[in-house]
Amino acid sequence: MDIQEAQAYLQDSLHEISQAFQKVPGSSVLIRYIQSSYQNDPVRSFIELILVIFFVRYLLSPSYATHGPNYVKLREDEIDELVKEWEPEPLVGEQTAFEEIEAEKVPVIVGPTGPKVKLLNGRTVTNLASYNFYNLNASESIKEKAIQTLRTYGVGPCGPPQFYGTQDVHMTTEGDIASFLGTQSSIVYAHAFSTITSVIPCFCKRGDVIVADRMVNYSIRKGLEASRSTIRWYKHNDMEDLEQVMRKVAQEQAKKRILTRRFIVTEGIFEMVGDCSDLPTLIELKEKYKFRLALDETWSFGVLGRNGRGLTEAQNVDAEAVDMILGSLSGPLCAAGGFCAGSKDVVEHQRINAAAYTYSAALPAMSAVTASETLNVLQCNPEILIQCRENIRAMRAQLDPRSDWVKCTSDAENPVMLLVLKPEVVQQRQLSVADQERLFLDCVEETLANGVLITRLKTTPLISSLGAQNAEVNIQPALKVCITSGLSKKEIEKAGVTIRHAITKVMTRKTNRQPTLAG
Amino acid sequence: MSQPERPGERRPSQSRGNRLSQFFSSPKSKDQVSAQQALMAMQNNSAPIITAASLSLPSISLSTATAGEPNGDEIATTLYQPPSSAETDRQKRLDAQFGPLIDPAHRYVSKHHGEPLRAPIIDEPPYYYVLTTYISYLLLLALGHIRDFFGKRFSKKPLYRTLRAANGYAPLNDDFDSFYTRRLKLRIDDVFARTSTGVPGRFISLLDRVSDNFNETYNYTGTNTETLNMSSYNYLGFAQSEGPCANAVEQCVRRNGLSFCSSRADAGTSDLVCEVEREIATFVGKPSAMVFSMGFVTNASSFPALVSKGCLILSDELNHASIRLGARLSGAVIRSFSHNDMMDLEKRLREAIAQGQPRTHRPWKKILVAVEGLYSMEGTMCDLPGILNLKDTYKFSLYVDEAHSVGALGPRGRGVCDYFGIDPSRVDVLMGTLTKSFGANGGYVAAEKHIIDKLKSCNAATMLGESPTPAVLMQILASLRIITGEMVPGEGEERLQRIAFNSRYLRLGLKRLGMIVYGHDDSPIIPVTLYNPAKISAFSHEMLKRKISVVVVGYPATPLISSRARFCVSAAHNKDDMDRLLAACDEVGDILQLKFSTGIAGGLKPLPDGVPAENEKSWRETNGRTAAIDPPRWTLEDIIAHGAADAKVRLR
Repeated sequence: MDIQEAQAYLQDSLHEISQAFQKVPGSSVLIRYIQSSYQNDPVRSFIELILVIFFVRYLLSPSYATHGPNYVKLREDEIDELVKEWEPEPLVGEQTAFEEIEAEKVPVIVGPTGPKVKLLNGRTVTNLASYNFYNLNASESIKEKAIQTLRTYGVGPCGPPQFYGTQDVHMTTEGDIASFLGTQSSIVYAHAFSTITSVIPCFCKRGDVIVADRMVNYSIRKGLEASRSTIRWYKHNDMEDLEQVMRKVAQEQAKKRILTRRFIVTEGIFEMVGDCSDLPTLIELKEKYKFRLALDETWSFGVLGRNGRGLTEAQNVDAEAVDMILGSLSGPLCAAGGFCAGSKDVVEHQRINAAAYTYSAALPAMSAVTASETLNVLQCNPEILIQCRENIRAMRAQLDPRSDWVKCTSDAENPVMLLVLKPEVVQQRQLSVADQERLFLDCVEETLANGVLITRLKTTPLISSLGAQNAEVNIQPALKVCITSGLSKKEIEKAGVTIRHAITKVMTRKTNRQPTLAG
Repeated sequence: MSQPERPGERRPSQSRGNRLSQFFSSPKSKDQVSAQQALMAMQNNSAPIITAASLSLPSISLSTATAGEPNGDEIATTLYQPPSSAETDRQKRLDAQFGPLIDPAHRYVSKHHGEPLRAPIIDEPPYYYVLTTYISYLLLLALGHIRDFFGKRFSKKPLYRTLRAANGYAPLNDDFDSFYTRRLKLRIDDVFARTSTGVPGRFISLLDRVSDNFNETYNYTGTNTETLNMSSYNYLGFAQSEGPCANAVEQCVRRNGLSFCSSRADAGTSDLVCEVEREIATFVGKPSAMVFSMGFVTNASSFPALVSKGCLILSDELNHASIRLGARLSGAVIRSFSHNDMMDLEKRLREAIAQGQPRTHRPWKKILVAVEGLYSMEGTMCDLPGILNLKDTYKFSLYVDEAHSVGALGPRGRGVCDYFGIDPSRVDVLMGTLTKSFGANGGYVAAEKHIIDKLKSCNAATMLGESPTPAVLMQILASLRIITGEMVPGEGEERLQRIAFNSRYLRLGLKRLGMIVYGHDDSPIIPVTLYNPAKISAFSHEMLKRKISVVVVGYPATPLISSRARFCVSAAHNKDDMDRLLAACDEVGDILQLKFSTGIAGGLKPLPDGVPAENEKSWRETNGRTAAIDPPRWTLEDIIAHGAADAKVRLR
């Protein structure tokens, strides 16, 4: 019974299969071909079958080796044992002692930031640690504008710019930035820190050449890394060295008869040093050797020039001569986000190709409006910049010439004053980078104890990502004093005296006096 | 909470009067002047009407206003004086941001029910569509290349300017890199980056624009169109310019100003940000957390702080670009495994541990598996229980990116762990964004205290990047407290249950219409496949004609063949909105021939009476051919009639 059933089932399904096969277009041709090739010679058919199998296998096999050359084939039980034995390191290492102290000392502000801030321990101190150079954070009219925006747009735009996240306020802000700087067009990013990290790889690809200043900041370095281009370095702000490097690149390419995109990447004000680039020479060189220039104005936009238009205004260069100007809206402008300004082609290309723009939510409308408003303030009231510069001068007079220990590397108009130890002090005491960091940490604490909040330049991310290369780059720890126009000249002078005395006190402490090698 | 919200400005319960009119014609967008007037009217009028006493009434919550009352009109009139026109306008504005709940039954608890998570069944269209899709792309590519070939040589159009070497400069863009943008995307560019204005809530106002040069530039006509918003990641409906969140933010801006103007490590750490970090940590169930001012940066800067050379990152092939960038910047070796495929992950883990590092065969320092909680293009959830099973054996660290899942999944909105009922401590690092469910901006990382402490000390974005603004922080804090029920008790729960219901209802409805829908049942991201490239723009245009804004995506964001439209469901939507969308999809589906599902992925006709859903399989087997799967093609009326009840049981 069962056998019969099975037989019937088999026949049924065979029939069905053959029916289905006949329905496939071309099946009759195949059958005819097999019949004609058979010719009562099974060996011939067999060989053909093997050929077909070989052909199919060849087609399906990957054209490259799936394993590395030194792949070790292991039995399953051996793998099990290896899995059992494998002990991963903990996900993160221990905090170092320095990191622990540093984390402990981070000041916590209660309420708004401003020239005077209240700390969590209840004390009110003079704040020389924020980028609130013009104290626009306290402006009631801008706040009012922001609140109006809140009441029409809500807070977040809830989507990336390409998917309905672009709002009319973003377009207005982009237009405002472009007309403020005098470029064709601009694009607003949601985060200043990551703007250049994503702009560089958007234009520079493998094979392209980037010539960069050795002292460029962390964001730029990460952008260079992500671009996978060939990077050539030139000595910090050394235009002769730059020309040499550029000439070499141009010659190499001319010899090889290739033309790749070539970029100069540098900063307007260097985050790590505080000094300015020489833009006219950069422009001259870039035009001579046919490079494009990406200028990171994160620290100079809103700071340099009569109206705060940045390096281009301060050094009388047409903004359109620079291919890309990148800047931040989050520092003195009291908004959030960053921007890239340039020609239309440069900007439009980023809208779909820059990762931090395409794959991130758009900037909150409130921040966009705030940026537009603060730009307007800068444009209409250039006197706030003058006031700030006076304060910078007052502070400088207290620190740079008078202190035995530190000197200021910042540009005379840079409100972020970076104070590094004088070379003779470093040499005499044989201070390592870690020693200097520790000394400055003490200085910050001592200053805060006397009612002035300052901070240190954060060098660790950059130095640790540089590793051994830092010997060439030589990034120096520094104290960071941020000037604001929200304080009177007297207050600034008083704070300057406090800082100077604190540094002297720390440097002359018994424990710090002996030259030490190990910190 | 430190900021006392003014009782007068609470969101009042909804009147049902304008609901119907609004369904048929979405409120006409007024320009900002009227918005301001309405706001002033609110401040002047509503304060004396709603007294402190009335606040204790249950009618504060949106849902309870109509609970058990089929005819809610009486309630509305008892709560309000006869509404003035300003009042009506304001109500319209509120409803445009957050729709009133029509029926308390339209809620569902987003929760996993214990069975192993199965990959959603991917239905396939008839070969005709596959073939025509390939032919379309072939034509587009061929035409594009031909035009490029001649254009670059002969044309003087500015389009080719950036592609040519000129004046000794290499071309700014490689023609190969920008080919897709110029030749494919530009053709349909008007469906992307549509500029909006106002709150991206339940409705979104789009600026009307036209292009007379084939999408190279746009001219704005100066008018707006208000559309049903199926595009924003506004999962819990916190994109609002009114209500407790906005009130809190306003107060915070008045008190704390606009920005902290500093990085976290310098002088950007405020008591506010510390409080937000504490709250987030408690919310996601981790001892410690840190916030960032941008979600993208959260990933991009966390990976370099966690892993380095000598480590391995195993990343899901569909992971977001930010994870890829972070992984690339970390210096670790990156390998990917097939999307949500636990077998493949295990295979790769075994191989990685057995083979060790390439060339040297030294054991890996650590292995970090990076997955997303909810995948934004597929609508699939990660198989967290499956991964955790492997984690016990293979001892890797697990990084879950909850960009889309936090707030949107789980009975308490706490993401995938909550959804699967898994203790969050079993996941090493929980990352998420605050842009989506919380209506703010930025991201967070939550983990054990020592991990966060170390991350804070060595994360570049904390040391050097800007800190989040006070407004954003307060929005996070306020929305978080509403979700947990600390503020406006009941509303958070309602929002969570509404999005879960809406997601299931819409998904079921689309399947019943006969569309091919991707993703897991509870996911609020609902992709509908379109296939042919021409349908990408056609679908978007047809939807816009019906005043619905949708996101459409094609290659390269998706595989070449399966371009899709993506609906993002929100708690701000109600069943009427879903029905409006279904009606539009019904029409557009007919016009564009989108109803081609075979039924294997669900949306089937109901089982005959007496056959319980659990026995479906055996019933099918016993009935043999008679119960073969029919392609589902329900009528709209049937879908609307049965959807609400069927969405709350197991979808089929």
